[in-house]
Amino acid sequence: MEPIKEPKPLVLLSSSPHMHSSNSIEGAMRDVILALVPAIIAAIYYFRVGAVMVMVSCVVSAVFFEFLAEKVMKKPVTIKDGSAAVTGLLLAMCLPPTFTVGLSIVGAMFAIVLGKMIFGGLGCNIFNPAHLGRAICLSSFPQQMTTWVIPATAIAAKGVDATTFATDAVSTATPLSIMKMAMQTPEAFKQLPSIMDMFMGNIGGSIGETCVPALIIGGIYLIYKGHIDWRIPVFYLATVTVITGIYGTIMGYPSLFPLYHLFGGGLMIGAFFMATDWVTSPITNKGRIIYAIGLGLLTSLIRLRGSYAEGVCYSILMMNMCTPMIDRFVRKVSFGGGAKK
Amino acid sequence: MSAQECTFVGGAHVPPSKSLTDKVAIERCPAPAMVYIPMSMHIGKPAKAIVKPGDKVTLGQVIGEAGGFVSSAVHASVSGTVVGIQKRYMPMGMISDCVVIKNDGLDTLCADIKPRTEAEITPELIRSELQAKGIVGMGGATFPTHVKYAPPKEGARPIDTIVLNGIECEPYVTCDHRTLLESTDDIIQGLKYFLLASGAKKGIIAIESNKPDAIALMEKKVANEANIEVAVCAEKYPQGSEKHLIYATTGRTVPDRGLPGDVGVVVDNVGTAVAACKAIRDNIPLYERVVTCSGDGVTKPGNYITRIGTLYSDLLACAGGAKGDPGKIVSGGMMMGFAVNSLDYPVIKGTGAVLIFNQDSPFSKHVPEHNCVRCGHCVEACPMGLEPTVIVDYIKKQDWDGAESVFCHACVECGSCAFSCPAHIPLVQYIRMGKQFIGGKGNGGHNPFYKL
Repeated sequence: MEPIKEPKPLVLLSSSPHMHSSNSIEGAMRDVILALVPAIIAAIYYFRVGAVMVMVSCVVSAVFFEFLAEKVMKKPVTIKDGSAAVTGLLLAMCLPPTFTVGLSIVGAMFAIVLGKMIFGGLGCNIFNPAHLGRAICLSSFPQQMTTWVIPATAIAAKGVDATTFATDAVSTATPLSIMKMAMQTPEAFKQLPSIMDMFMGNIGGSIGETCVPALIIGGIYLIYKGHIDWRIPVFYLATVTVITGIYGTIMGYPSLFPLYHLFGGGLMIGAFFMATDWVTSPITNKGRIIYAIGLGLLTSLIRLRGSYAEGVCYSILMMNMCTPMIDRFVRKVSFGGGAKK
Repeated sequence: MSAQECTFVGGAHVPPSKSLTDKVAIERCPAPAMVYIPMSMHIGKPAKAIVKPGDKVTLGQVIGEAGGFVSSAVHASVSGTVVGIQKRYMPMGMISDCVVIKNDGLDTLCADIKPRTEAEITPELIRSELQAKGIVGMGGATFPTHVKYAPPKEGARPIDTIVLNGIECEPYVTCDHRTLLESTDDIIQGLKYFLLASGAKKGIIAIESNKPDAIALMEKKVANEANIEVAVCAEKYPQGSEKHLIYATTGRTVPDRGLPGDVGVVVDNVGTAVAACKAIRDNIPLYERVVTCSGDGVTKPGNYITRIGTLYSDLLACAGGAKGDPGKIVSGGMMMGFAVNSLDYPVIKGTGAVLIFNQDSPFSKHVPEHNCVRCGHCVEACPMGLEPTVIVDYIKKQDWDGAESVFCHACVECGSCAFSCPAHIPLVQYIRMGKQFIGGKGNGGHNPFYKL
């Protein structure tokens, strides 16, 4: 028999279109990490070593658990697309700076394995993995998840010895929990930090959620790059502002009450980075507006009338559940009126 | 340039990538030694071959008669001897009878071809000549042109506007751009014949804003024509899609499952207008067309007047031959054309371009498909207002009724969704397959290769 000749270089046969935009999952994930850089810098500035430890342990373990899960499930390993790193980073952003490395690793495992891999990997998850991880941490380790510290900068200002920070952190309450108290005893409003501190993030809170300008810059960058839809953050934030504004006026709270809600807690990072998660938000513009308004309603409801001080995480998880239903009932009208059948 | 550019909702910003050939004047590709003329290069019934091996044919002689109303005649593109009739694959994947003619190199013109006088030209003559001279849509769809100008049925909306499509939103393709620049008078004359045949009051020549030279020239030429105007359209893909062009230029929306005639509009490509002008005024049938031969695998990219039935390999030889190893060959545009496996295909009436890319070109690389991440880019990009990812979801589950319930049939296969998809899902391929199953009632339509 004649030896089989080496075939000539083959031509690629494929269905049209033969051109592709530069959009890719890897690129989008890279941009999300890039958009988080201002918030990371702010986190390190305010919370120093604690922030670094939590972020590094979350990211590394998230990538590791994705690798492990894919090996166990005998699926192609997709850690290179960066989505595990993004999940780990976003999870770290909503954990307190005093969280230990061990618990961070457990949190990342919850986020990746229960939040994503169990459903079949990226694209199949129902809930935002980072927020699911946080919610599981919150119910598993309530003590550690609600211990807040004053930022390192504030310690210096108050004259507390900075060396005590690392070992024995100065604990504090978040502005949202102060407001929760103040709803019963109005004089507690006096304990609130200044609105400027709220805006710049010089307050107690989760690692990445306190510095508002850093998050807004990142969010605008993502909107500019076309990765997220402006409708979700805008309608979400507007709904919360309007509802807390009306509630504050009726109850006679200070006039800055809605602004404290807007800048406090995880609302900013939730609106720009969590609620806009591709997989778990609706695909149509109209659906996204409904979703964002629903988020605003739930967040306000939990914050104003619920027993938790913070409601962003749970409201996003709840609206994630509604996403398939929104997508089912909100259909686009096709060009030529096909949908009017 | 007018400040107001017409456009539509949706679509994608596809890089035009036309700089290789948009300044290159149209040249003539020498007639090859052998042509392979398919009997089925239009939508509708194939033409019936009326020559047999051994017959002598002259340039422009009818070799295939229209097989019905929605069909078109086919003409010899060289003079010489019929060698045989063989079955060949078309770039689109179907098989057609091809009349093979050996060129005698003389280009003896058919004796019937004599120029007409203005007085002879009537709407009836135009309509019958469009079919007899084999005029079909040259933008790629190859729909027989005379069908569009058939007198409307009782009670139907009369045609009041003709839109000439000089958009050419397909990347790399420049044949229409060069035609606009070099056959301007023929285009206007063709449009006048179309207006005469249909009784329409207004003619619009639509040009995309990335061709300022063509717009300026055309605006100058039609300045004295009362019923012809130039519409400048925004640079966006798929601006040249029939339904979107009608919306952009007239504000009318073609209904679902409807035709442009339902809103009183007929759209024709500028290349079709030139061919119609030649067919009616000079009596010359459609036996050659302008083809863009471009891509980084071509030594001398350019726009070539090519005889119908010329093999791609002959066209490439005329364009200086291949530069490197071809890794991808596209018949037609980058967004809607067909990838073919060799250069052994004939140029047909709808072939606007033959694009050849090297092995190391990014277009020659297969990018694997990822899970859908529901980013919604495809929904945003769909000019038909569909939700491609939802349609594809149904198709992957083989739920054909479900796919129909989300208007799978309305897809125009423009490729904007797959172009934008970050997960590289071949959305159009799935939708096309779904349409085959829906059309063929679950058995894969006419295509024997579709088996799930």
